[in-house]
Amino acid sequence: MYYNVFGEKVSRKRYKEMLEAAKNRRELIAAGLTSRRDLMKMGLLTAGGMLVAKNGLSARAQTVTPQTQLPGDGQVGSNQNCVPTKQAASPPTRAFIEPLPIMPVAQTVASLSPTPTTCPNTSAGEVRAACHQATQLDASRFPVVPSKLYKFTQQAITVVQSPDLPNQTVWAFSDGTHVTSPGPTYKANYGVPQLTRNINALPPANQNGGFGIPSVTTHLHNGHTPSESDGNPCDFYGIGNFCDQYYPNVLAGFNSDHQPNGDINESLSTLWYHDHRVDFTAQNTYKGLLGFYLLFNQFDTGDEGTGFHLPSFPQFDVPLVFADKVYDPSNGRLFFDLFSLDGILGDKFLVNGKIQPFFQVQPRRYRFRLLDTGPSRFYEFFLTDLNNLGTQNPYFVIANDGNLLPNPVQVVSARIGVAERIDIIIDFSKFAGKTIYLENRLLQVNGQGPVPPQGFVPGQFECNSGLDSNGNPISILSDIRPAGQGDLLLQFQVSSKAVSDGSVDPATNPTFYTLPNTTATPRITRTFKFDRLNGQWSVNGQFMDCGFGPAGPPPGGFSQNFRFTVQQNSVEHWLLTNLTGDWTHPIHIHLEEHQILTRNRVPPSLAIERSRKDVTQLHQNERVELFFRFRDWLGKYPIHCHNVVHEDHAMMALWHVQPQGDNILVP
Amino acid sequence: MHDLSRRELLGLAAMAPLAGTILSTGAAAGVHATDVDLQSEARENIRKRYFPNITLQTQDGKNVRFYDDLVKDKIVTINFFFGHCEEVCPLVMANLVKVQKLLGDRVGRDIFMNSITLKPEEDTPASLKKYMKKFNAKPEGWTFLTGQVIDIEFLRKSLGFTYPEPAIDKDKTQHIGNVRYGNEPLMLWGACPGMANAPFIAESISWMIRPETKVAIARR
Repeated sequence: MYYNVFGEKVSRKRYKEMLEAAKNRRELIAAGLTSRRDLMKMGLLTAGGMLVAKNGLSARAQTVTPQTQLPGDGQVGSNQNCVPTKQAASPPTRAFIEPLPIMPVAQTVASLSPTPTTCPNTSAGEVRAACHQATQLDASRFPVVPSKLYKFTQQAITVVQSPDLPNQTVWAFSDGTHVTSPGPTYKANYGVPQLTRNINALPPANQNGGFGIPSVTTHLHNGHTPSESDGNPCDFYGIGNFCDQYYPNVLAGFNSDHQPNGDINESLSTLWYHDHRVDFTAQNTYKGLLGFYLLFNQFDTGDEGTGFHLPSFPQFDVPLVFADKVYDPSNGRLFFDLFSLDGILGDKFLVNGKIQPFFQVQPRRYRFRLLDTGPSRFYEFFLTDLNNLGTQNPYFVIANDGNLLPNPVQVVSARIGVAERIDIIIDFSKFAGKTIYLENRLLQVNGQGPVPPQGFVPGQFECNSGLDSNGNPISILSDIRPAGQGDLLLQFQVSSKAVSDGSVDPATNPTFYTLPNTTATPRITRTFKFDRLNGQWSVNGQFMDCGFGPAGPPPGGFSQNFRFTVQQNSVEHWLLTNLTGDWTHPIHIHLEEHQILTRNRVPPSLAIERSRKDVTQLHQNERVELFFRFRDWLGKYPIHCHNVVHEDHAMMALWHVQPQGDNILVP
Repeated sequence: MHDLSRRELLGLAAMAPLAGTILSTGAAAGVHATDVDLQSEARENIRKRYFPNITLQTQDGKNVRFYDDLVKDKIVTINFFFGHCEEVCPLVMANLVKVQKLLGDRVGRDIFMNSITLKPEEDTPASLKKYMKKFNAKPEGWTFLTGQVIDIEFLRKSLGFTYPEPAIDKDKTQHIGNVRYGNEPLMLWGACPGMANAPFIAESISWMIRPETKVAIARR
């Protein structure tokens, strides 16, 4: 009889695999860190720190259950080694042999046919919940046909995510010039409204390759966007339909407390767009429906010769999309665990759509915009020099969730969860001629979020860190792995040729924006309890419900079920409470940003959290108090967990903004 | 929330696209052979990974195979329960009865509901039949299932009705209350809480009928 970590019988074959995995791991570790790069070159060790998926070599390896095998023959609970439910290890891939892709800047079109209309052009196939608020508010400022028009088509494309894997069919955005996944990067400007016609031209459902639904709604994440253009999860539409999404690119407060132009201290810069289809967001974003939306103004100009003198876009200002994925070992194709309830972790790390690419940089300052697209992984980013593991390599964080901080903050590492962004400045001049890595050293073994800082004992979770010399699971002592033993995500090859650098040195402590005042008395303080009831993710004991009226889902009808009503142009405090124990939930709220007033009744200790946010990590057993001003626009928006697997399993609630608010304390 | 109107239900009845029909329509629309191969390979991999073809018994004592008889070529719902479960199960069951009513005669024609006991040692076919009567669950298109303990445990894990915390996973009173819904040939799978509002569960299941069309359900 052979048993795994939680006392279940396993087959002799599986037990041998477990022992082999442990043995091979020990041997490799015993070989010392100096041989890491050689192992990587040999393809034995992925730069992700994971051993490659040769059965018996990787701790993640597991026998794929053949359907003919008798149930109970060692396969029950075969996922004990850090493999989320039924998830196998990906095939081996070589690291750092392909360059980092840069998403192209989205191209405008001269016109759209039929021409955009204020109210939904239903007869032409448009699906939109309401008429454009902006154009009705001020048609001269927000013309129905603005000067910047985009025609985005969602369609399937074939891509190479690693030369060691077969071509992958993913879902992409086309701007008419480029078809890419991640999609083209919008370069938007405050004061210049724009409109995107978002067309669903995805292949029919029977060609989804195993996951993804060809029914979409595209959310502009952190946009101060009128609700009909926000990309609400319930406003989805099918193949052949489109939605005209109006992005006013206007500062919060423009129509309320900071007329007429809004509050410059509410400037947004790093936004992103992604599919938000209710129940299917994880599948559709995993399949590629996402991209960046960068918003510039007179200070954050994209030109290092002007404004705040931040590194120039696009040459020295580089958006980075992080995603972790799994590939089916039987055929090398992108694999999505359809039946996970907790969250999905990949064992391959992609940056801008490539597995572990390299990036050739000049020895000067760069601005990187780091975005975690999940589905469920948190990252803690370190700069690592594999030849000098004992040295810390600090960098500067300049923005949190795309919002420039009052001043740059120097850090050795920074952590983000799904949907969060940080903008960082790396000065490569001190690494001239060297090769260094962006490394994730945060340990996460399942969808619950990072391992608790104090670690956990064997058997506490289904997953464990591997086996000791006796084949027993070892305990995990910390959430942070040693330098060089994390996931090497991106390799920087730094040129030795000196260059000029016109960008501001963050060490001189430049001032960006001031944090908006949070002393205003709230009209109401609402409480949101995030919980799990019999495996069902919930908010205040209730579950996501689009609540379509008698006319049904779009285009017949739209959601009418709002848990509570926020009063337009009012201040609220929201208390987010985590009742799920050791789980961490990245909570996202649409329309307005917030500031974290307290974490467990004390102000946040991290300097980078003294910022405006649109996603707040709700840590283990935490109660977080947020400050909001809900301004300018009316209509419906959600609050939800952005672990997209939790989100798809109903950890979401709809609310709306109206001229008159309600007094529901626990919605 | 509202109930589906009579008119809507007639609209639903008017369209009877079985999952298999949708598949062949796609193929006729000029899909390349290689694409078809890729799609069937993906479908086969999903079957291997998630749908063991174990034998179960229905409330009528009939032996059925999980994949061949219950899932293959069908739009289905799957949930787990047990007869003496006094907390979550009655709520979920009462909800699913409402869902069955809301979906009308599509259940048994387009949609097949499956409820599987977590305590097969207690829940015999006869007691399942009693349980159905108690909740007024109609047998047309809704099957209650029992089987061997080891088979059902294997099925539960295969379908991801699990917790990562081993202690909670073993506690049947905390068992996963979600309802899976899916269209097997289209490889579309979702889930919603069994305690969610019944009309929204019904709505979610109906997405599986025509997921790619302009109108999720024919309504006008």
